[in-house]
Amino acid sequence: MNTALSWIKAYVPDLEAGDQEYTDAMTLSGTKVETFERLDKNLDKIIVGQILSIEKHPDADKLIVCQVDLGKEKLQIVTGAPNVKVGDKVPVVIDGGKVAGGHDGGPLPEKGITIKNGKLRGVESFGMMCSIEELGSSRDYYPEAPEDGIYIFEDEAEVGADAIEALGLRDTVFEYEVTSNRVDCYSVLGIAREAAATFNKPFHAPVVEVKENGEKVEDYISVEVIDRDLCSRYCARVCTNIKIGPSPKWMQRRLAASGIRPINNLVDITNYVMEEYGQPMHAFDLDTIAGKKIIVKRAKDGEEFQTLDGQIRKLDSEMLMICDGEKEIGIAGIMGGENSKITDEVKTVLFEAATFNGANIRKSAKRLGLRTDASGKFEKGLDPRNAEAAINRACQLIQELGCGEVVSGIVDVCEPLKELTRIKFDQERINNLLGTDIDRETMMDIFGRLELSYDEAANELIIPSFRQDLEGIADIAEEVARFYGYDKIPMTLPSGEATTGKLPFKLRLEEKARDIAEFCGFSQGMCYSFESPKVYDKLTLSEDDPLRNAITIANPLGEDFSIMRTISLNGILTSLATNYNRRNKDVRLYELGNIYLPKSLPLTELPEERMQLTLGFYGDGDFFTMKGVIEEYFDAIGLNKKVTYDPNAGKVFLHPGRQANILYEGVVLGYLGEVHPAVLDNYDLGTKAYVAVLDMPAVEPFATFSRKYEGIAKYPAVTRDISMVVPKKILAGQIEAVFDQRGGKLLESYALFDIYEGAQIKPGFKSMAYSLAFRAKDRTLEEQDVTATMKKILNGLEGMGIELRQ
Amino acid sequence: MNAKLEQIKAEAMEQIKNSDALDKLNEVRVNILGKKGALTAVLKSMKDVAPEDRPKVGQLVNETRAEIEKVLEEAIRKMEAMKREAQLKAEVIDVTLPAKKNNVGHRHPNTIAMEEVERIFIGMGYEVVEGPEIETDYYNFEALNIPADHPAKDEQDTFYINGDILLRTQTSGTQVHVMEEGKLPIRMIAPGRVFRSDEVDATHSPSFHQIEGLVIDKKITFADLKGTLAEFARELFGEETKVKFRPHHFNFTEPSAEMDVSCFKCGGTGCRFCKGSGWIEILGCGMVHPNVLRMSNIDPEKYTGFAFGIGLERIALLKYEIDDMRLLYENDIRFLRQF
Repeated sequence: MNTALSWIKAYVPDLEAGDQEYTDAMTLSGTKVETFERLDKNLDKIIVGQILSIEKHPDADKLIVCQVDLGKEKLQIVTGAPNVKVGDKVPVVIDGGKVAGGHDGGPLPEKGITIKNGKLRGVESFGMMCSIEELGSSRDYYPEAPEDGIYIFEDEAEVGADAIEALGLRDTVFEYEVTSNRVDCYSVLGIAREAAATFNKPFHAPVVEVKENGEKVEDYISVEVIDRDLCSRYCARVCTNIKIGPSPKWMQRRLAASGIRPINNLVDITNYVMEEYGQPMHAFDLDTIAGKKIIVKRAKDGEEFQTLDGQIRKLDSEMLMICDGEKEIGIAGIMGGENSKITDEVKTVLFEAATFNGANIRKSAKRLGLRTDASGKFEKGLDPRNAEAAINRACQLIQELGCGEVVSGIVDVCEPLKELTRIKFDQERINNLLGTDIDRETMMDIFGRLELSYDEAANELIIPSFRQDLEGIADIAEEVARFYGYDKIPMTLPSGEATTGKLPFKLRLEEKARDIAEFCGFSQGMCYSFESPKVYDKLTLSEDDPLRNAITIANPLGEDFSIMRTISLNGILTSLATNYNRRNKDVRLYELGNIYLPKSLPLTELPEERMQLTLGFYGDGDFFTMKGVIEEYFDAIGLNKKVTYDPNAGKVFLHPGRQANILYEGVVLGYLGEVHPAVLDNYDLGTKAYVAVLDMPAVEPFATFSRKYEGIAKYPAVTRDISMVVPKKILAGQIEAVFDQRGGKLLESYALFDIYEGAQIKPGFKSMAYSLAFRAKDRTLEEQDVTATMKKILNGLEGMGIELRQ
Repeated sequence: MNAKLEQIKAEAMEQIKNSDALDKLNEVRVNILGKKGALTAVLKSMKDVAPEDRPKVGQLVNETRAEIEKVLEEAIRKMEAMKREAQLKAEVIDVTLPAKKNNVGHRHPNTIAMEEVERIFIGMGYEVVEGPEIETDYYNFEALNIPADHPAKDEQDTFYINGDILLRTQTSGTQVHVMEEGKLPIRMIAPGRVFRSDEVDATHSPSFHQIEGLVIDKKITFADLKGTLAEFARELFGEETKVKFRPHHFNFTEPSAEMDVSCFKCGGTGCRFCKGSGWIEILGCGMVHPNVLRMSNIDPEKYTGFAFGIGLERIALLKYEIDDMRLLYENDIRFLRQF
C-alpha cells in the first residue's frame, strides 16, 4: 500500500513528523513502513517562470532563445523543446539547482543532475526549462504533460512560485506493509486513523454530504440479490448528466502517488474512493443495463463471459455474477463486463458498492486466474457498513467535481448488519498478559484514540465495525501494548516450575551419526524431500518395485518435485555427480533426511516418515571403507555385538557382487555397496561410487549410550594362528561364524591377517590365515586349556571343506 | 706410592681431556679403573705395603679413584649432551611442509545454526521435539486458528497431497501435538523441515527449516517473551546484541510481534546486510492465542503462553554471509568445507 503523506495529513492536519520519525513511530505501533521516498529528493531551485519572448538561435536551427520571467529576475534560457510559446508558464531550474533525470525518461540517476549556467552553441543560458521526465515523473501520472517537451502549467500558476510545490512534488510517498488482519488499513482512512492514534492527534474523517437532484433512484434501478450467502450487501446509486473530463490535479496527484494512473474524472473518482475507503466500487453504463434491474446470482457451469479487458472467461457455478434483466454484466468483485463498460459517451452511471463473500471471491479469482485490485480487497472480507459510506462519498465527489448529478436515494439490499462487538474490559487480565502495570487512565486514553467506546455500566468496550480483527481480550491487550509501546514492556524471564532441557534419544542418535560421519571424512549435505518419478528409472528399479508407490503432490512446482521420496539414494547420487562434474576430488557426503512411505495409496492417513542416514563417496576408498564407517557408528551407539553382512541384498542399483544388507541380531538395519555401473551412467558419474543407507528407526531399538566398564585383562593371552586353504565360495563371515559358535568363552578375539589367491593356491581355492587370541579373566592360560577349543574349531572348519595348512 | 698415584691421576686427567668420543672415555675407564687398569694394579700391589700402612694407602687409592670417576662422569655427561645436540641438529625438519590431516568432514551450515539454537534453548530448560513433515490440515492450519477459507492459507502457498493432507508450511503444528498431550508446563522447541511452493532462486527454496518455540505455564507474560528472546539473541549473536519488538500479526498469537536484532555485522550503524537500517528481522512471536489454547484443551483462563518461530536458513545465510540459498542444497564440497 503506497500513499502520499499529504493525503494522510488531509485527515490528520495536526500531524507533524519528519519522514524517518514517522516511519519509526508507525512501524513501532504496528503499521510497518517498508520504505519511503521523497518525491523532491533530487529537485532543487525549480521555479515557475513565464516565457516573455522567443527568438531563433543564431547558430542552431533546432534551438530557441527564450527570455523568461521568474518573478524576482528575468533570465535568458536556451532550449531545444518544440512545444513552448510566449506566455507559457513553465518549470525552470536555475544555476546550481537540481533535476531528477534526463529528458529521455531513462532510469533516474541516484543523486540527480545538477544544472549550471552555460553556453549552448555560443549563446548563454542561465538555467533549464523542465519536462515532466526531468522532474522524475512521467505522463502516466501527469497526463496533461506533453509527449515530448516542457511541462506547461495552467494559467493560474503564480510566476516566481516554487514549481516543485506547484506540481505537488513536495511530498513523501510511504509504502506500508499491512498485516492481513487489518482489512481497514488497506485504505488511506485506515492508515490515517493509525497515524492519528500513533501521534495522538485528532482524526478528521471526510464530511460526506450528497447534494441530490430530486429524482428517485427507484425509477432508474432495482436490485435483487438471489445468492445472499455470497453478497451480504449491495448498494446502488445513480448519477446522470455525466460529463467525462480530467479529474482535478489534487486528485490526480494523490492517485499518482499511490501508483494509480489518472484516466478521467469518473474512473479517478472510483479509484480514489477505493483507495480512501478501501471499498472497491464498480461503475456501469446504465443505458446498457436491460430491464432497469440488477440481479446478483451464481453463474452456470461452463458459461462464457467477456470481461471489460476483452478476454473471454469460463465461469462455473460457484462464481457470483452481476446480471441485468437479460444477461450477465460483470463478475462480482472481480471485473465488469465488456457489455456494460463505461465509454466516453456515457450519460448515466450506475454505481455499485457491495460486500461480497471474501473466500468466494478469492477462490473465484484464483480459478479465473484474474486477480484484480478489487478482488484483492474483497477477498480480505470487507465491512458492510463501509459500502454505503463509500458509495455516498463517490456521489459527493461526482457532484462536487462537476462530473454529473446525483439521483436522490440509494438502493440498498442488505442482510441485517451484525451488532457491534462488545468485549469485557479487564484491566488486570491485560496487565497479566503483558507483564505490565498500566493504569486504567492510560488504557482508556488508548481506547479513545482507537475509537473504541466504553460502556461503563456493562464494563464493556464497543468495537467500531471497521475493526473486525478485535474479537477478545487478547486483541484488546495488543491494542494497549501497541500504543503503550512494545518497547516499554519490561523484559523478564518466565517464573514457575523449572523444566529440564533435553534432546530426545532419536535426535541424540542423529547427532552421533553426524559426529561419526564427519570423523570419517563425510560432509553433510541436504537434499529435497520431493523429487521426480524419473528417479526410479535412474535407479533402474523394476516397474513393479514397491518403492515406486510414492505419495504424489497435487500441486507440485513441476514434475521434478512431484513425489515424496521413498528412497534416499537419489539425493546423494545427484550431489556426488554435481561434485564429480565440477572436478572435485575424493568427495564424501552424508545426509540425514526422511523418506515417506505411504500405508496405502491414495493417502488416507499420514505416511510413515523414516529417517535415513545416507552415505556416499567416490575417490579414495572402497567397499570396506564404507563398512568401516558403519561399524564406527555402531560402536559409538553401543551396538557391541557382531554385525553381519548378507551379500544377497537384492539391490538392483548396486553392483551384484559388491553389496550387502547390514544385519544386527538378525534384523536388517540398512545396506551398503558399490553403485551399479548402469546407475553411475544414469547419473553421469564417471567413477566408482559407494553408498550406504541406515534406516534409523531400525537402528534405534538396539542403540544405547549407557556403558559398563569390564576391567582390563590382567593375565596374558594365548594366541594360535590358523592357516587354511578355503574353497572360494566360502565367505570370511562363515569361517568367523565357526569361531563364534565353537570358540567358547575363552576365545577373546580373532583377526584375519592374510588372504591370498593366485599361483601357489590350487584353482577354486584361496588361502586365509587368522590369528585367534584366548584369555581367561582369572588365570594365566596353559597350553592344554586351549587345545580342546582349538580342536573343536578345526573340526568345524574341516567339516566345511577347508584344508588346514601345517 | 703417593707419587705413583699422582702420576696415575695426572695420566687419567690427560687422557680424559684428550678424549673426543664416548668410546674413548670408556677406554680411559677400562685403562685406569678396569680390572686390569692402572689403579686396580696399585690395589693389587697392596700386599707389598706394610700392613700398618695399608689402610692409609687404601684410602688414598679410593680417593684417587673417586676423583678420577668424578671427572670421568662429568666428561661422559658432557659428551652425551654434545652427542644429543648433534643428533637433534641432524633431525631438523621443515615445519612448513604440508600437514597430514585426517580430512574430517564438515557439518552443513544449517545444522550448525540449528544446533546452536538448540543448545541455547536446552540450556534454558526447553525440550526438543519433532513433528511430522506430512501433516493434516487440522494441525497445520485449523488448530492454529487458521480456519478453512482463511486467506492466510493462500499466503503460505501450501503443497497439498489431497484436501486434508499437506506438506507442513510451518513447524507450528508441532506445538499442537505437544499441547494435546496435556502435560503442563510446556517448554519446547521444534526444529524441522517445512515446505512452501516457492520457485527455487537465490532467496527462495520450496523446502527450508524453522524452529518453533512454545512455553505454556501459569502467569506467562509478554514481558517473559521479550526477556527470553532477548536472552536468546544475545547468546546467538553476541552479548552486545540489542532487540526491538514490532507489532505484527499471526493467527495463532495475540498480541503478536516481530523481533529485530541490532545488525551483528555492523553493530547497528547500517551496512549492506541490514540494508542500512542497523536492524535485522529475525523471528516472529507472540502470546499464544486463546482460541489455540482452547482447541488443544488448555484453559486460557488459567494458562497463558508464548510462541515463536525462527527461520533457520535466514540465520545461517546472515551469519555466514551466504548470498545464494541454492548453495544450501547443491552440496558442493567446496561450499561445505567452509563450515
